[in-house]
Amino acid sequence: MASDTVLELRQVSKSFATHRAVADVSLEVPRGAFFSLLGPSGCGKTTILRMVAGFETPTSGEVWLNGECINALPPYQRNVNTVFQGYALFPHLTVQGNVEFGLKHKKGSDDTNRVSSDLVNNVLKQVRLEGKSSRRPSELSGGERQRVALARAIVLQPDVLLLDEPLSALDPQLRKQVRGELRDLQRRLGVTFLFVTHDQEEALSMSDQIAVMNAGSLEQVGTPREIYAQPRSRFVADFLGEMNWIDGIGVRPEAVTITTQGRKAFVTGVTYLGSFCRIEMKLESGEILAAQAPPGTSYNTGQAVCFTWNREDEIHL
Amino acid sequence: MAVTMLAPLAIILVYSFLTRGAYGGVEAPSTIENYTRLWDPVYAEIIFRSLWISAVATALCLGLGFPLALFIARSGARKNLYLGLVILPFWTSFLIRTYAWMFILRDTGIVNSVLQSLGLIREPLPLLYNNGAVILGLVYGFLPFMVLPLYATLERLDPSLLEAAADLGARPWDTLVRVILPLCAPGIRAGAILTFVPCLGTYLTSDLLGGSKTVLIGNLVQNQFTASRDWPFGAALSLALMAIAIGLLFTVRRRGEELL
Repeated sequence: MASDTVLELRQVSKSFATHRAVADVSLEVPRGAFFSLLGPSGCGKTTILRMVAGFETPTSGEVWLNGECINALPPYQRNVNTVFQGYALFPHLTVQGNVEFGLKHKKGSDDTNRVSSDLVNNVLKQVRLEGKSSRRPSELSGGERQRVALARAIVLQPDVLLLDEPLSALDPQLRKQVRGELRDLQRRLGVTFLFVTHDQEEALSMSDQIAVMNAGSLEQVGTPREIYAQPRSRFVADFLGEMNWIDGIGVRPEAVTITTQGRKAFVTGVTYLGSFCRIEMKLESGEILAAQAPPGTSYNTGQAVCFTWNREDEIHL
Repeated sequence: MAVTMLAPLAIILVYSFLTRGAYGGVEAPSTIENYTRLWDPVYAEIIFRSLWISAVATALCLGLGFPLALFIARSGARKNLYLGLVILPFWTSFLIRTYAWMFILRDTGIVNSVLQSLGLIREPLPLLYNNGAVILGLVYGFLPFMVLPLYATLERLDPSLLEAAADLGARPWDTLVRVILPLCAPGIRAGAILTFVPCLGTYLTSDLLGGSKTVLIGNLVQNQFTASRDWPFGAALSLALMAIAIGLLFTVRRRGEELL
């Protein structure tokens, strides 16, 4: 294990009664990184998170935290904390009570009540929940609840913070704003985030590194740029953004330019999307191609056009 | 519906203010003497005994019922089987089942004869006709009334809350005390009321398992309408019983609202 690796999975597999949820996954999470597990639902990303948290035991393989194999440790002895998908806030406790919950289990907490109350206040300030400490979860908005879940976990200063689709319960407008906030908070605190999501835009915009998963296996690990620009499999290429496949060569719609010279095609559809127009074309060979054009351009269905792209934008797999 | 429920109650209320007839029944004139008699130490003692025996039985039902309900709620596909077993005794008469306890507990009963034949005791243990036997009978009889509401709340408990507690460092015992119990308070209150109130009014269990030594309010009421032929006092007693039950019910409910 490299010295700057906080979490490592070594050939971890997990099988449930009839299916294999995680198949032979090995990965290293650098300390302090915003690390995302990205994949469609059922790809095993949440199962990995649950194995790190200790709610599931690997069928085979090892989970290492801070240079120690933690396979045998129950969740309450692992220095990782989770932000649950539905937040799982304790409804009978106030915001303060929720945030304090874990502090009471830390060693020597009996004589450090003042320290812990300072700690709680500080964390509530970090997530902009000062003044809400005596509210119940039922009296909070979705965004506030999400921040309580975050505060409750980060107050314990975990080695790794596990986040299970923490934005999926928020409405889309708020989701974009919270992305930035979450990213800033992670930078500020320097806590390692293991972030599970099925939303590629979320993963691309927030992560230092992304591990793309498919059907229980790891497809590719890399920075957002690497994953997007140099996908190593068709699955990764298709899952992140959109990809045209022409003669076995991959090209993103935004790399396709509609010109007066080049290969010929017919426009089959035009969709105005505000900042750009999405043009769908059909080649003489019958292949379908999507391109992005400036919002001001106007094409008609059935119109004959030509298109081209730069060689360096091609993806060969 | 309201008439059929309220009419008998109204009759009892009227009777409780009348004078006893020589051979049962009621006569004029009206009086409040039936109520002042309740403060007589003899009766006060019986009421007090009823209260503490019911309280102990309820506490034991909670102590036994909670782990049982937790076990059932977590037993997955076998849930319905276990719930069925909890309800199964209701399919036979309560009277018969209480008699069965007499056969188990009496001097020549199963427990004593087994212990004697093993040579562990020489004289039979006095298992029957005491407060302990009554409490045992009550716990046996009313345990399902505790288990079912507890099960209902435990069943609804979001499992992710238990995971969250463990995730935040709570050991199983801490999770029980800090998460499960507080969230089950409504079920505990419902179970306590459903157990305590019928315990308080019981007469069959105390009659058969307690003998003449353990007279409870229920037996006293029954006596007034049979052997003593003092219907007005019986009516006053049963209304007092009802007042105690309703009073407790409101206290428990108000306390519950404060906590929530």
